[in-house]
Amino acid sequence: MVSPTIREIIPILNARVLCCQEKLDTPIKQAFGSDLMSDVLAFSPEGTLLLTGLTNVQVVRTSEISGICGVIFVRGKQPDEKVIELAKQFELPLLSTDLPMFDSCGLLYQLGLKGFSG
Amino acid sequence: MNETATDSQEKPQLVQAFPVKEGDFASAGSVSIAVKKMLKDVGLDHQLLRRAAIATFEAEMNLVMYGGGGEIRLLMSPHTLRMEIQDQGPGIPDLDLAMTEGWSTATPEMREMGFGAGMGLPNIKRNCDRLNIQTEVSHGTTVEFELDII
Repeated sequence: MVSPTIREIIPILNARVLCCQEKLDTPIKQAFGSDLMSDVLAFSPEGTLLLTGLTNVQVVRTSEISGICGVIFVRGKQPDEKVIELAKQFELPLLSTDLPMFDSCGLLYQLGLKGFSG
Repeated sequence: MNETATDSQEKPQLVQAFPVKEGDFASAGSVSIAVKKMLKDVGLDHQLLRRAAIATFEAEMNLVMYGGGGEIRLLMSPHTLRMEIQDQGPGIPDLDLAMTEGWSTATPEMREMGFGAGMGLPNIKRNCDRLNIQTEVSHGTTVEFELDII
């Protein structure tokens, strides 16, 4: 299975890095797209890249609990500074893309990334 | 009945108790993150501490959203990790329904925060080895779960 790094998907999604530049070489084991943090907790194994349109502080806390390797905010969503500061504490890379959820997931799937169904 | 030395060693002892405030979405989840860090610091297996952290996080969110706040207690013995989550909230009228994936009584505010998908209690069950829930309408709920340390 292909395990691209977060750095490798930046040009594909034309994403902006919001924090934790030093963590961009983390390999992505798989990806999960959801605005429901409850489902992230239930269905995202360690090392998952999360794509979401939700930008509150709970995205960061859920990611820390669940072992998410990085978060892509889709549809041009931008979290506030408090969210970014918390992500820095947990060394969680946050990125933002103007692409919508479906398009972002499709491009990453095309690259070889899979979801939890394999 | 007197406890034997072995019983006493095996009975999980309180490590720390954490208060949780009602409706405090700004810090909801912080207790679980602190618990995860403590478990990591004592060298627990990575998967075990991840399961414990997810189950604790779900329970903490339940306290914030439904239980009117309460307390989370972390207990440990050499072979068992035990969490006790207690509130004096409204109680759960139908526990079987509450254990059903997708069943939810969440408010729009909770959903806006990304929660209330009806995965809380089922997800606690999925991530622990033993779960016990005591609940009484108008008196509150106690959720206790254990994970075996191997």
